[in-house]
Amino acid sequence: METVERRGGIGMKFRAHIRVSLKEGVLDTQGKAVRVSLKNMGFGNVEEVRVGKSIAITLDAKSREEAEKQVEAMCDDLLVNSLIETHSLTLEAI
Amino acid sequence: MKAAVVIFPGSNCDRDVIHALETVSHISTQAVWHKEPSLPEGTGLVVLPGGFSYGDYLRCGAMAARSPIISAVRDHAERGGLVLGICNGFQVLTETGLLPGALLANLSLEFICSTCLLRVERTDTPFTNAFTKGQIVQFPIAHHEGLFFLPEKELEELEANRQVVFRYASADGSAGPLSSPNGALNGIAGIVNREGNVLGLMPHPERASESLLGCADGIGMWDSIKNWLEGRLN
Amino acid sequence: MDHRKAGLLDAEYGIICRELGREPNEAELRIFGVMWSEHCSYKSSKPLLSLFPKEGPSVLKGVGENAGVVDAGNGWGLAFKVESHNHPSAVEPYQGAATGVGGIIRDILAMGARPMASLDGLFFGKPDSPKTVFLSNGIVKGVGGYGNCVGVPTVGGKTLYDDRFEDNPLLNAFCMGLVKADSIVSSQTAEPGNLVVLLGSRTGRDGIGGAAFASVELGEDTKASRPQVQIGDPFVEKLLIEACLEALENGLVTSMQDMGAAGITSSASEIAAKSGVGMILDLDLVPLREADMTAWEIALSESQERMLLIVRPEKLEPVLALGEKWDLDCAVIGKTVEGDRFILEKDGAVAVDLPASLIGGGCPEINWPSKVPADLERRQEFELEKVSVPEDLGTPILELIGSPSLREKTWITRQYDSMVQVNTLQGPGAPLSLVRIKENGNIAAITMEALPWACHLDPFRGGFETMARSLRPLWVAGARHLGMTNCLNFPSPENPEQFWEFSEAVRGLAQCCLDLQCPVVSGNVSLYNESSGLSILPTPLVSAVGLIPAGDQPLLPGNWKDGDHLYLVGMDNAAIPASHYQVSFLGMLKGRPIPPSPEMELDFMERALLTAKSRLANSGIPILGGGLAVALCKEAMSSSLGAEIRLETPTLPVVTLFAEGGARALYSVPAEKAFDFLKVWKGFPLRQIGIANGDALRLPGSAPLPIEKIAKAWRGV
Repeated sequence: METVERRGGIGMKFRAHIRVSLKEGVLDTQGKAVRVSLKNMGFGNVEEVRVGKSIAITLDAKSREEAEKQVEAMCDDLLVNSLIETHSLTLEAI
Repeated sequence: MKAAVVIFPGSNCDRDVIHALETVSHISTQAVWHKEPSLPEGTGLVVLPGGFSYGDYLRCGAMAARSPIISAVRDHAERGGLVLGICNGFQVLTETGLLPGALLANLSLEFICSTCLLRVERTDTPFTNAFTKGQIVQFPIAHHEGLFFLPEKELEELEANRQVVFRYASADGSAGPLSSPNGALNGIAGIVNREGNVLGLMPHPERASESLLGCADGIGMWDSIKNWLEGRLN
Repeated sequence: MDHRKAGLLDAEYGIICRELGREPNEAELRIFGVMWSEHCSYKSSKPLLSLFPKEGPSVLKGVGENAGVVDAGNGWGLAFKVESHNHPSAVEPYQGAATGVGGIIRDILAMGARPMASLDGLFFGKPDSPKTVFLSNGIVKGVGGYGNCVGVPTVGGKTLYDDRFEDNPLLNAFCMGLVKADSIVSSQTAEPGNLVVLLGSRTGRDGIGGAAFASVELGEDTKASRPQVQIGDPFVEKLLIEACLEALENGLVTSMQDMGAAGITSSASEIAAKSGVGMILDLDLVPLREADMTAWEIALSESQERMLLIVRPEKLEPVLALGEKWDLDCAVIGKTVEGDRFILEKDGAVAVDLPASLIGGGCPEINWPSKVPADLERRQEFELEKVSVPEDLGTPILELIGSPSLREKTWITRQYDSMVQVNTLQGPGAPLSLVRIKENGNIAAITMEALPWACHLDPFRGGFETMARSLRPLWVAGARHLGMTNCLNFPSPENPEQFWEFSEAVRGLAQCCLDLQCPVVSGNVSLYNESSGLSILPTPLVSAVGLIPAGDQPLLPGNWKDGDHLYLVGMDNAAIPASHYQVSFLGMLKGRPIPPSPEMELDFMERALLTAKSRLANSGIPILGGGLAVALCKEAMSSSLGAEIRLETPTLPVVTLFAEGGARALYSVPAEKAFDFLKVWKGFPLRQIGIANGDALRLPGSAPLPIEKIAKAWRGV
């Protein structure tokens, strides 16, 4: 982990990569349309396509744990609709 | 009797709703900015109008659902006040959890603007008491994300609790998924919460409130609301 | 930097040096390169544009502002304009179309008007080529994606397919807005001592040199052009609309300009020049989206969704508060001063110092040589008698109604929200669009027309007919015309034969405007629409706006009633040349369209207006593309009623059914009103051609055409 001096305080900078995808069992009409297009382009061996979202968040935090906690809260509060979406998260110090 | 129409950044149909309520149905209406902490005194009906709040970015209605005014809207709903979400407003209500479900992209993956037929499934609500059960009405739709979704078990519960108020219909009176223009499960166009005081629907009743514009079936909704708020029901 | 690399001609560079008394520095050179490009300066078209009549009793604000304004009655005005976004749409169709719509909406907003209706003119190549499918899908999604989000209904348009648009599709975006007549924003009202405020998106490198890009032909590798296409954000545009209208309502703004081609430079220098003030801008104060932008990059950036506001110092606080409320970047970037210098500062030094009037107005006109096309005589040779007539006239009727240009366009129009703002009385798919004005009860009527085939055969006659054909639907509906806007889409003016076509078409358009007293209140020119040797057909596009007074009922098509008398008013001998019948069914484009008859048009106008006002017909439709045959099909389908038609005319049935051009309309009149109807049309060519009844179109020379069969052909199923 690297420490970065910022404006007189000591904190760390992190980048979180969040992958949001539709839950199994939720209609993925976009994925279906993409699969059909790929098939028409000659990629007939494609079994399934799921289209999701990638969100990258750069943030300051005192520790990796705090950063992760905050990003999970962001996911719960806004970024992910838990009725229809799931997500996975990776965090790197930068 | 007073109505409040919430304006989010990107709302488009607020002025249309105000026109239908004030000019057509003579219901005194006030516009409320989304950053306000409270609703006007004496508000009987809160409307979340259609449009593209926050550009439909992230998810339709997701960011509007986290606006300051929503807390007051929740309180209002909890006290039994009426809340009506139209199109984007319906999407906001599902994001707040005041209504169950989610609105996904239309099956065709295209925006659809068109007239559409609905069957009124329930008339014992504050929003539909002026219609007759099974009545076929015409409201226009204009949306890209109108596919109502709930997982199977929750969907069965919704139907069992009679929470479906409007269902997409065909001219012959049949209603269901085959009549839906967007693939909505069970052809669901509009639902209420369990208590029956919060309604969300994808079609636009404010666009069907003047025969000059092609259809006036929407007036039934405003009459229903007036009946309810002015205590004219037994 | 070489001036030619900036896009300037030697003569132009000479004038700049002479006027400045020195050589321009690089930033100044680039500014002239963009501001003196065809797209910004209209240098090739100014002499021609001066032919248009620009004044009239209905004109509140004429040519010279962001959009023109006509009188909508009771202290209200309608601001409207049409603009092209052809080159960007050819390269990146979605964003090209989206930003085209965004740009024209901001032009309307800049007049202080709330945008209330849009139309789009679409011209594509071979209907089934992968390129056309790719471009048309992207363009339609872009128009819808932007217009729907911004909350402006798209209520009509025009779509045409021709191979000549294959590599150079056209996208012409029209917008109209409502403004209080005494609150129209002007670019002439800035005073020394005002603040210059930038409201809206941050500035990045979008579209750098875009205006210059629009003035050159597309290169072979259109992928390389990609970075120059602007990206639109309709959400920010919506916020901008609300913020600007709120600012105007509260009297916070002295002048306003939108930032389109050449961004800050064109909007700021225009206000300076028109108001007669100088301007000093500090580019370090411009909110930026990208780091390390040079002075000229900031000055010429075409980042979308930005407006320039001129504000008195005492009004600055409330303006900044509005920016806060709507979450828009809002920054003071300079001030107005006495004099006429346009000065841009960066990093504490003067980067640009030019006379304001030289930037926008100093570009010399170019008089390109003009030459009658060598093949003109051959183009105009056509003998109808030599063309074989099909056994069953039903065959071409069904083929025409199902042809790409005439068939059902619901796949396009249902992707547009045509109903938001709850004013739409008649939306897409009709001969004209009708939008009510809640504020005074009047109804605005809008048309959009272009006739590239006619303009190819005879540009003067084609130009005249284009203008007249844009007005006739207004009159049939009962609307008097107030004014028009036009977009002149042409290939390179540097080709003398093409320049001849350009000038003749404008002459025809202008002649019609003069004869029929329709002022031009705004417009746009798009030249150099050609690539790799294939140039577009000459395509002047017109949008006309009219008004139906409150209390009058518009006369609409689609209302045939059983037993109605069907009358065709107008001359029998319209033209097969340039008709859809000739191009789509016969597969040729030859001959000459009919010559103009202004007296007949004016006569038709008065009688049509009276017919509508007196409610003498159940249904009325002007004869447009596809001629009488298509008019009959459309009326039968919308009315769900057939007709028995007799064609006892001296002209060939093929001509009566399929010819186009001239003041002609089809009316459906109930028996009890026939007497009064005939009185109104006495002295004008008129023929009863049949009776509305049954479930099929029965015409002589054709097997009966059941409505179902016509509808299937129209839908392409």
